[in-house]
Amino acid sequence: MTRPPRRPTWRAARLTGVRPETGSARTLRFEVPGWPGHLAGQHVDVRVTAEDGYSAQRSYSLAAPADGDAIELTVEAVPDGEVSPYLTEVIEAGDEVEIRGPVGGWFVWRPESTAPVLLVGGGAGIVPLMAMIRARRLAGSRVPFRLLYSLRDPGSRYYADELRRPDPGLDVAYLYSRSTPEGWPRLAGRIMLDDLAEGGWPADFEPDCYVCGPTGFVERAADLLLALGHAPGRVRTERFGPTGG
Amino acid sequence: MAIVSRGFHGRPRAGGDRLPPGQYLVDDFPVLSAGPTPRVPTDRWEFVIDTESGQTHRWSWQDLMALPSQTPTVDIHCVTRWSKLDTTWEGVSLDVLFEDVETAADYALVHSYGGYTTNLPLEELLDGKAWIAHRFDGEELAPVHGGPARLLVPHLYLWKSAKWVRGIRLLNEDWPGFWETAGYHNFGDPWLEQRYEDD
Ligand SMILES: Cc1cc2nc3c(=O)[nH]c(=O)nc-3n(C[C@H](O)[C@H](O)[C@H](O)COP(=O)(O)OP(=O)(O)OC[C@H]3O[C@@H](n4cnc5c(N)ncnc54)[C@H](O)[C@@H]3O)c2cc1C
Repeated sequence: MTRPPRRPTWRAARLTGVRPETGSARTLRFEVPGWPGHLAGQHVDVRVTAEDGYSAQRSYSLAAPADGDAIELTVEAVPDGEVSPYLTEVIEAGDEVEIRGPVGGWFVWRPESTAPVLLVGGGAGIVPLMAMIRARRLAGSRVPFRLLYSLRDPGSRYYADELRRPDPGLDVAYLYSRSTPEGWPRLAGRIMLDDLAEGGWPADFEPDCYVCGPTGFVERAADLLLALGHAPGRVRTERFGPTGG
Repeated sequence: MAIVSRGFHGRPRAGGDRLPPGQYLVDDFPVLSAGPTPRVPTDRWEFVIDTESGQTHRWSWQDLMALPSQTPTVDIHCVTRWSKLDTTWEGVSLDVLFEDVETAADYALVHSYGGYTTNLPLEELLDGKAWIAHRFDGEELAPVHGGPARLLVPHLYLWKSAKWVRGIRLLNEDWPGFWETAGYHNFGDPWLEQRYEDD
């Protein structure tokens, strides 16, 4: 494992743009002067400070490859959360937060890697996986990618237009946990062995598997991958939170 | 002076002086690990201490259960910023396990089923500061939280409290573990906010 860049300090970050993804999630673009660059899969710490000096910090995955000093995050509003409703509903272009990173040297995909890749995302867990898909496209990599994206319902799909556009060598499959689009062949329900057997790669292809999402989802999907014979060292996981779909 | 984020007010402050800097309180028990959750049946479980002179001390699950246990109530702090107060555990103090271990080593490399490692100075494990914990909140420790047994070193960030603990290698020289090699701090004191390598 190579070392990530040495730990940077907090940097001022100005919000420059916002794109809605779903009714409860949006992508935030920040300008971070001096940003050192990052790898797909890494995350940042975001610090927000109130007038009285109180501050709160949370981790958010980088949603896209580095683009000069600009970075993108996609944040889902967690009901009654302290920080995510601020980022999804209150902050406006021109407002500032502090950002430190990039963080994480394990849950990363490097463009020079040649192993096939299986991405398994649940809910907001798509965010660092999307960074990997974008990094692959940007690098012109031919490594075959498969994405299994588990969603609560058709309305909660992030990056919908971009994922619909053809991207040679990338297969995308959707699973719905609560309700499906009309006529969808698979019943709504949690991810199952068959989903991973059909939508993933056989274990003897030795794919690198990246599993990200709410803890329960990650636990289940990673267990199923092991049951299908994937080596534990090839299953990298990132758990976002204690609960949720 | 930190940058103020316009329109951010934050929650009513809780936790008081029991919350290390940059942490927030949770009531549930989030999970952080780098890979899948290993399942280790207790009939195949063992715990080993290997000394720097090549001696090995072994305990089976039954051996561990036969040792006197303690029930520490402690606050735990995760580097991903959540803290949980007054968590209740049951486990065997490392002082008990080290009773017959002869060593002059300064460092410990803790290793787990599943391949995880973490390093700490040996003295951080002794004098009532660490346990091999096998029960949490009155129940058997669940696999996601490190069951059947995990190390519990609550005065350091929780990644030092290796889940699915399998053994300790005693070393004359410090040997960085999994997260310590990946940019996290070598010592990990939450009160000094030693999160990352250069903190
Ligand atoms: C490495 C890492 C990367 C992450 N990347 C992203 C990302 O790209 N996009 C994103 O939206 N979030 C991401 N998260 C989650 C994020 O850090 C926050 O936990 C989340 O935004 C909630 O913060 P909050 O302050 O709004 O809620 P809090 O005030 O912290 O919590 C409010 C309530 O919601 C529960 N809760 C906390 N977190 C979650 C969660 N993730 N899901 C469901 N319930 C929760 C709490 O237990 C509590 O009951 C990531 C987390 C980690 C550890």
